[in-house]
Amino acid sequence: MKRKILSVLLTAAFVAATIAGCGGAAQQASDAAGAAADTAAAAADTAADAAADTADAAADTAAAAADTAADAAADTAATVEEAAEEVKEAAGGAGGTINVGFAQVGHESDWRTASTKSAQDVFSEANGYNLSFVDCDNDSAQQLEAVRGFIEQGVDYIIIDPIVSTGWDTVLAECADADIPVIVIDRTIDDSDKYVSWVGSDFLTEGKAAGEWLKAYAEKQGIKEINALIIQGTTGSSAQIGRTDGFSEIADREGWTILDKQTGDFTEEGGQQVMESYCKSYEGKFNVVVCENDNEAFGAMTAMDNAGVKYGPGNDVILISYDACTAGLKEVQAGKITADFECNPLAAPTVEGVIQTLQSGGTPEAKILVPDNWYALPDQIVDFSVDGKPQTMVEVTDDVIEAQY
Amino acid sequence: MSSKDSSFMKKIKSWPLLLPVVALFLVMAVNILHDAAIGANPLSFFTITLNQTTSSGTILYGRIIDILNRGSEVAILALGMTLVVSSSAGTDISVGSVMSLSASFCCMLLAGYGVANTSELAVPLIVGVLAAFAMGTLCGAFNGTLVAYFGIQPMVATLILFSAARAIGLLLCNNLIVYVRNSAFGAFGAFTGILPTPIIIAAICIAVVALVLKNTSLGMYIQSVGINPKASRIAGLNSKKIIFLTYVICGFFAGVAGLVNSSRITSADSNNIGLYYEMDAILAVALGGNSLGGGKFNLAGSIIGAYTIQAITTTLYALGVSTDQAPVYKAIIVVIIVAIQSAPLKAFFRKRSLKETKEAAKA
Repeated sequence: MKRKILSVLLTAAFVAATIAGCGGAAQQASDAAGAAADTAAAAADTAADAAADTADAAADTAAAAADTAADAAADTAATVEEAAEEVKEAAGGAGGTINVGFAQVGHESDWRTASTKSAQDVFSEANGYNLSFVDCDNDSAQQLEAVRGFIEQGVDYIIIDPIVSTGWDTVLAECADADIPVIVIDRTIDDSDKYVSWVGSDFLTEGKAAGEWLKAYAEKQGIKEINALIIQGTTGSSAQIGRTDGFSEIADREGWTILDKQTGDFTEEGGQQVMESYCKSYEGKFNVVVCENDNEAFGAMTAMDNAGVKYGPGNDVILISYDACTAGLKEVQAGKITADFECNPLAAPTVEGVIQTLQSGGTPEAKILVPDNWYALPDQIVDFSVDGKPQTMVEVTDDVIEAQY
Repeated sequence: MSSKDSSFMKKIKSWPLLLPVVALFLVMAVNILHDAAIGANPLSFFTITLNQTTSSGTILYGRIIDILNRGSEVAILALGMTLVVSSSAGTDISVGSVMSLSASFCCMLLAGYGVANTSELAVPLIVGVLAAFAMGTLCGAFNGTLVAYFGIQPMVATLILFSAARAIGLLLCNNLIVYVRNSAFGAFGAFTGILPTPIIIAAICIAVVALVLKNTSLGMYIQSVGINPKASRIAGLNSKKIIFLTYVICGFFAGVAGLVNSSRITSADSNNIGLYYEMDAILAVALGGNSLGGGKFNLAGSIIGAYTIQAITTTLYALGVSTDQAPVYKAIIVVIIVAIQSAPLKAFFRKRSLKETKEAAKA
C-alpha cells in the first residue's frame, strides 16, 4: 500500500517537472526538465527508503521533492535558454567562426559527391566556417536525427538536402524555436515553409532549355520534322518530372511528335535496354533521342551503335542529354552527344551568399536558382531563350571538362 | 495409331518442363497478338536478321536475341540459386549485391584506386576478371560458412552481404562510378562474331554445370541433403560441406554475372549493378517449377524461368507499355504463371482429365 502511494507521488513529481520544463518550449529546456525530473525521482526514492515506516512522512517528503523539482526545472530551463542565446550572439559576432550543419542525402552518384565536396570547400575553416557534415545514407529518419543533432549542438545555420519532400514541419518548427535559420538545397520540401531559402537547379528550366535549343538548332539545320524518343529517369523523381514536363511543353507548342517515353531508371543499363527496344520499334522513324541523364545517354549510344544508327552532330539522330558530368562532356567533345544540359551540383557558393545576407541582417530570396550551363561543340551552339531570357551556351573544351565535377 | 498418340501426349504431360515452357510461349504469344492487332507482321517479334553495326561489324539482331542477351545474368545467377535452394531450402538474397561488389572490385583494379574515368587498364585484364570471380567466390564462401557451419538461416546469413556488399563496393570505388572505357574489358558485354558475348558466357556456364551434374553424383548429393540433411549425413554424406559448396558455386556465378553486367556498361556503377537481381533469380527458380522448400531441383526449369522473366520485360518494352504501369503487368503475368504451376490447380486439372478419360472409356 505504501509503495503504491509512493509510486503515485513519484509519477506526479515527474509529470509536474515535465510540465514545468515544457513551459520553456525550447528543446534544451525540456531536456533540462527531463534531467531535473530524474533528480526529483532519485530524491523521492531516497525519501521513500528512509521513511518506509511512516506513510505520511514519506508522502510529505516526496511532495516537497516534487515541488523543488518543478521549480528547479523551470529555473534550469530559463538558464539554458539564456546561455544558448548568449552562445549564438557570441558566435554570430564579427570575426567569429560560423557553425554550419549540413544534412546531405548520401553518396549515391558523382553528382552527389560533387555537391558534398563543394560544401566542404566553401564552408572550410579557412573561410571562417565550422562545418558539421552528416551523410544520411538515403535514410530519411537518420536525416531528421541529424537535424535534431544540429539543434542540440546549437549551430548557427542548418543546410538540408531533403531525402523526402514531406514530414518536415515538426523538425523545422523545432529549428525555428531554436532560432536557427534553415536553408534547403537541391531537393524540395513540400509540407512546410519554415525555412529561409531554397537553393537549387530548376529541372523544368533544364527541360525547357533543351526544347528551346532543339527548336533553334533544327531551324539552323533546316530540319522540318521532329520525331523524338525520350528515355526518362526514375519515374516520379523530381528530375524526371521537371525535365519531361519542360521538354514536352516546348514539344506541344511546336507540334513535335514524341513517339515514346519509357524509363531507363537513370542507369546506363536501363538506357541500353530501352534504346535497344526503341531501335526495333521505331526503326528509321526517329531523329531525336532525349536521355534524362548522362548515364542513360551512354547506354543509348551503345544500343544505337549495335543497331547501326548514326547519331551525334552531323548525323541523322540528335542526342540530347542532361547532367553534364565529366564523362558526359567527354562524349560531347567526342561528337556523340549533340548537346548536354547541366544540373549544377555546386550549390554551396550560392548558399554562402544566403548566409552572408542573413549575417548582415538582410532577407534573402525564398527561391534561388543555381546557374546551370548548357554545353555543346561550337557548331551546335545556337542562340535561344528560355521564358524570354536569352541563354548563352558553353563550348566544351579540355579546360571545361577538367573543371567539371 | 491412337495408342501411339496417347502415349506421346502422356509423355508430354509428364514432362517436368511442360509448364515453364508453356509459360514462356504464352508470354511471347502476346507479341504475336499485338503485332497482328496493329497490322504489323505478326512474327516481327521473332524475326532475327543480320544487322550492320557502326562499331562491331555484322551481328544477329532481333528481340529474341535481346531476350537471350539481357537474360544472361539472371540465367547465370539462377544456376547457383537453384543449387542453393535445393541444398539448404533457403535463398541467397545477396547475389545482386555480390554482383555489384565483384564488378566494383574488378573495375577498381583495372582502373587503379581513385581513378574514375580511364580507357587504359592499370593491370592486365585477366587479373581483373579473376579478381571478380575470386571476390564472388569469397562472398559465397562467407555465406556458405554462416549457413552450413554456423547453422544460421540462409535468409539471415545472406542478408549481411545483401546490405554490406554494395557498400563495400562503394568504398572500393571511392563513392564514384568507375568508367573503364576499354574495348578489351567491354568485350564481355559486347559481341563475339555475330553473337552477343553474354549469351556465349551464359551457355558455357550452363553447359559446365549441366555436365558436372550429369557426370558426377554431386546433383544427387545436393538433392539428398536438401531432402533430409540428417539422413544424408548418416548415409555418409558430409551435408555441411555440400551446403557450403552450393553457396560457393552461387557466389562464383554472382561474380561472373557481375563481370558481364559491368562489362556491358564498361563501368562499375555500385549503386545499380545487380539491383533487384536476387529477386529475379529467386523468381526464375520458382517459375522453373522448383520448390523453394529444397530437395529435388530442375536446372533447365530455372534457366527457362530466367529467360521468361526477360521475355516479360522485353515484351513490355515492345508493347510500349507506359513504364509506370509496367510493374503491374509484370506482377499479373507472374501471378498467372505461378498459379498454373501451383499444386491445387495441377490437381484440379488432373482430376478433370481423369474424369474425361473415364467418360470417354464409358462411351
